[in-house]
Amino acid sequence: MTTSIDVSLGQVAAALALVALAAAISFWRRTDLERDIVVATVRSFVQLTAIGYAIKLIFEADTIWLVLALLSVMVFFGALTARGRAKKVPGAFWPLLIGLAIAAASTLGLVVALGIFEATPRYLVPVGGMMIGNAMTASAVALNRLGDEVSDSRARIEATLALGATAREAAAPFVRRALRSGTITLIDSTKTTGLIFFPGTMVGMLLAGAEPTDAVRLQLILLYALLGSTAIAALVATGLAYRNFFTPAQQLRELS
Amino acid sequence: MRAVRDHAAVLFELRDVSLTRAGRPVLDSVSAEIRTGATAIVGPSGSGKSTLLRLLNRLADPDAGTIAYRDRPLIEYDPLALRHEVSLVPQLPALLEGTVESNLLYAAGLAGKQLDAARCLGLAGLDAEFAVRDVGKLSVGEQQRAMLARALAQEPDVLLLDEPTSALDHDARDAIEGTLLRLRTELDISLIVVSHDPEQARRLADRALRLKAGRVAACGPLEEALA
Repeated sequence: MTTSIDVSLGQVAAALALVALAAAISFWRRTDLERDIVVATVRSFVQLTAIGYAIKLIFEADTIWLVLALLSVMVFFGALTARGRAKKVPGAFWPLLIGLAIAAASTLGLVVALGIFEATPRYLVPVGGMMIGNAMTASAVALNRLGDEVSDSRARIEATLALGATAREAAAPFVRRALRSGTITLIDSTKTTGLIFFPGTMVGMLLAGAEPTDAVRLQLILLYALLGSTAIAALVATGLAYRNFFTPAQQLRELS
Repeated sequence: MRAVRDHAAVLFELRDVSLTRAGRPVLDSVSAEIRTGATAIVGPSGSGKSTLLRLLNRLADPDAGTIAYRDRPLIEYDPLALRHEVSLVPQLPALLEGTVESNLLYAAGLAGKQLDAARCLGLAGLDAEFAVRDVGKLSVGEQQRAMLARALAQEPDVLLLDEPTSALDHDARDAIEGTLLRLRTELDISLIVVSHDPEQARRLADRALRLKAGRVAACGPLEEALA
């Protein structure tokens, strides 16, 4: 399954022609996104180059502690980023952090325990990054939806609390919808994978000259692991975050 | 009109109850007694009526002061058990998705009661056929009655009603008022009704608590309090 491919900086620079095309379209159709396109291009270059060197160092050091440190940093920044999407949820950071940490730990732990990947930096870093990245998106979408649902449905939630339902019971339909919206995107894209789009890992392996069957199998493993990690992260984040809307006396908090 | 029952037992006793929201005092040192029977909480918009009602079944707690229910501090009650006994029907209908009967079953189940759907619907002025109706297809008046039936499914001792007819036309209002008066004769239940309309208070209650800008303007027998 080991393959190698050499990409020169010149080739990367040549790909900028397509960025220029995107900017030109934005300018032509006045979508006013040129600046964002430039920022996105520069950030992706700087961030990926930096993480590339960091990963190189970690691969060379070959110690599990550096891997854990890197994954912890990813979980932390993932939770911080997702919190920005969940502004209507009070105290969203901790549920997100715990959700991402549990999703990363359980899915990586499982793929290692099942003997799918070796517990080495070469596997744990990229796979962990994928798990955390997708879990972040799923839990951010879920908490964003939860915030909208609760603020739109305060009257219904309070009417249910008034019947003597617990906060958990009163919030259940909204938590369910939030969880669904957090996980459905990946489920839908998994359904259409291979038909409408080719996922990134498979494309990368094919470009790097791997056997198509190897590329497909690895992609399947990652897709299945991603389904697990996004579901776990969204479940934990929504399951913890909804409590922050309520007081211990089962009252809906006034939000400023 | 019924005779004023001044011998009636004290249900709620409020002592110096204050509540501030967004830096604005909503209730300011409210002290009052609410007795068994029917009490109207009246006052203009923004006088703190609905907020006061929400304090009575602990949907909110005051910032200062104490509330006692049947001589026991409210905060000593388990809020869930209290809400089964002191049931609040909010101003606007807010039923759960599904049928009327599924809403009644949900409420009865929470309170650990056996549901007699036809009886609850009948007390709320709805035919038994309403049980199978989807709540999304009811008129506002029908939804308000379904909310009342849902509260009654818990067999509460006290019913808190927040502007029960504000979303209704005259005919529907008269019908709901008739239903509430009938409830008082058919059930051993106390009503606490928030209303901005003193005439409605006269039709429904025998005592009144009048609020003005979060303070008690008057409290006592109806005509005395509304004078």
